[in-house]
Amino acid sequence: MAHVGTHEENVLIKEHGWDDHFHDHHHGDKYQSNFITHYIFSQDHKIIARQFLITGIFWAIIGAAMSVVFRLQLGFPEESLAWLKPVLGKWIVINDGVGSLAPEFYYALVTMHGTIIVFFVLTAGLSGTFSNLLIPLQLGARDMASPFLNMLSYWFFFLAGVVMFYSLFLSTGPFAGGWTAYPPLSALPQASSGSGSGMTLWLVSLTFFVVSVLLGGVNYITTVLNLRTKGMTLWRMPLTIWAFFVTAILGLLSFPVLVSGFFMLMCDRGLGTSFFLSEIFIQGQALEYIGGSPVLYQHLFWFLGHPEVYIIILPAMGLVSEVLSVHARKPIFGYKAMVYSILAIGFLSFIVWAHHMFMSGVNPFISNFFVLFTLIIAVPSAVKVFNWITTLWGGNIRLNTPMLFAIGFVSMFISGGLTGIFLGNSAIDIQQHDTYFVVAHFHIVMGVAAFFGMFAGVYHWFPKMFGRFMDETMGKIHFWGTMIGAYLIFWPMHYLGLAGVPRRYYSFNTFDAFQGFESMNKFITIAAIIVFFVQLLFVINFFYSIFKGKKQTTKNPWGATTLEWTTPIEAGHGNWPGKLPVVHRWAYDYNKDDSREFAAQIEPLAEGEEESDH
Amino acid sequence: MRNKIHAQKFALYISFASIVMMFIAFTSAYIVKQAAGNWLEFAIPNMFYISTVVILLSSITLHSSYKSFLAGKEGMYKTLLIVSFILGIAFLILQYYGWQDMFAVGVDLKGNVSGSFVYLITGVHALHIVGGIAAIIVAIVHAFTLRFRVTEKRKLRFELTLHYWHFVDFLWLYLFGFILLYR
Repeated sequence: MAHVGTHEENVLIKEHGWDDHFHDHHHGDKYQSNFITHYIFSQDHKIIARQFLITGIFWAIIGAAMSVVFRLQLGFPEESLAWLKPVLGKWIVINDGVGSLAPEFYYALVTMHGTIIVFFVLTAGLSGTFSNLLIPLQLGARDMASPFLNMLSYWFFFLAGVVMFYSLFLSTGPFAGGWTAYPPLSALPQASSGSGSGMTLWLVSLTFFVVSVLLGGVNYITTVLNLRTKGMTLWRMPLTIWAFFVTAILGLLSFPVLVSGFFMLMCDRGLGTSFFLSEIFIQGQALEYIGGSPVLYQHLFWFLGHPEVYIIILPAMGLVSEVLSVHARKPIFGYKAMVYSILAIGFLSFIVWAHHMFMSGVNPFISNFFVLFTLIIAVPSAVKVFNWITTLWGGNIRLNTPMLFAIGFVSMFISGGLTGIFLGNSAIDIQQHDTYFVVAHFHIVMGVAAFFGMFAGVYHWFPKMFGRFMDETMGKIHFWGTMIGAYLIFWPMHYLGLAGVPRRYYSFNTFDAFQGFESMNKFITIAAIIVFFVQLLFVINFFYSIFKGKKQTTKNPWGATTLEWTTPIEAGHGNWPGKLPVVHRWAYDYNKDDSREFAAQIEPLAEGEEESDH
Repeated sequence: MRNKIHAQKFALYISFASIVMMFIAFTSAYIVKQAAGNWLEFAIPNMFYISTVVILLSSITLHSSYKSFLAGKEGMYKTLLIVSFILGIAFLILQYYGWQDMFAVGVDLKGNVSGSFVYLITGVHALHIVGGIAAIIVAIVHAFTLRFRVTEKRKLRFELTLHYWHFVDFLWLYLFGFILLYR
């Protein structure tokens, strides 16, 4: 490999760098004076990124373990779950010596699994980690625009986590009305056991969470627009940054709408208003609420809810674009098309929300608009898929773990995206809504795919975060186990869904139509358990490698062009010790000419060299 | 830095977008619910007109205070800052009397959703005013404890407070106009 050596890079920054009088102010390390301000209340974006990541891993383990428990109940309803009694206590009900999961706790588990994975893992754990890590590093900034708000962003997330975690141990159980928290289940404390304190804590927790997202988002947008180093024009930004930038805009505009819905829900719960409630009988008693509309909540929820799935998938797309290009040793195909696709997806995500509500009584004529816009999203998505595949085409591919996960992401995104076209049609949705077809669709396209993007990112940027590499053998076992296992879990669910098997049901004993799927359910459960243990392998690899992994010896181990690989291996607060790097070219000059294998963004154009046309 | 607009100011403007989205959600929900029927019409309390005048005045006084600060007129700057603070508190009190008037004519928070919406929208707006008043209090503490000097840092601090205050002022104009138009 024609490698730009460490020495040469230092010279490049020293001679051509941009002097922002960093050390004149002495603000570099003043926040890192002791253990608490360095590792706990840190204002360094690199530490905050790691805090988000490790908290995300903690929640991912809990969320995944919950899915294993409810899959056990679904796959093996006759087997005794009494052995779980030490952990779950009264939620395991023993009848005739056979322990089974209490139905209300089954709903609580399903609800918490969704809430935790969507918000805590795939929003905070994914976008929180990588936006924090990469935005300043890839743009050549000392830190975020406001390191203090950035720290607050993490701690609000942490607080949200504490409240949610506490709700798991309530004697009435956590909220159990589905992660979307539709009224009346969420609005009436007496509606179910989880609708009381469980729902109150759910609302408090997610309100803190939104504060965290907004503080983070304000910072990300401001940093991208204001703190780019010299020469880093918008069109020279790596696709990761474009993705995080649009993600932050989506979050900033959609999460406040959710908060509005939450405020109205809180009023209904505590102050006796009837925003979402009308003419309800509960336990034989007529309630006073008149004139509200539960569909109104659904509108407000999904106005966040749909952009939210892009808040989850866009960062994964950005990470994958970067990883594919670096490890295929080729420029990303169609850079501008990629950027315009991200922007188009971001825009369209705001005008498709009612496709989650086709069957909730919205006007079928209005549904037509939402069908149209939903299907149009397939176009920018397909552009991206095409470009990823063309980036791979003829590349000098390194099949290491980050690359495998990036390719796996593309596979998952295609498989899950295609079923989205089914569900986006309001007519087909009449049959498919609320079935396992939906479960299969969104798990593959935004669950597994987003996790794959995250894994690709973790394996790729692990050296940047911890100065060591993750173990390749364990990584490859992790990849193949997850890749095959995820398909084994979710592929059969499409068949269940086509047969009309509804999601969220605790048991199918009383429905003749849904008999005969026991063996398929068993199969799915076994696959889910195996995949869960394969993920534990990742966790072991992660923590083992932090302390014992192969040490990073060169600054730029992957031969990447972007700025984060020009900092010292153990970069302090401020990222670059002296001058800031100056950017002379776009982020994807791989194998541009015969003279060198890649050209870093800080390399000035050689004599007679023209900037790549992109 | 090279950028013309200060990063913190820029961040503040971005958060305006997010606050606006929150109120757009409330007002859109209002329109949707109104179209669904079962909607009680009632007269908007006169107090809200008076509070509108008060909040507009407070924006003018705070802006004049800022101009005096830049011009180095210390006494004027401090006086107008206090006046703005008093007007801000007066706005909250007037809003409270407005709610009392609504309640007096039988529009209860718990009753028809049309009333609940007005309480909710004006209430959440009042919370944003409380935030603005907190910022003005900080500005007053600075004005009276620090030696008077016009520095870039203090100018920026004042501008952040001022722009937020103007923002919640215009936000009220939007909300009040909206409630008047869509009764």
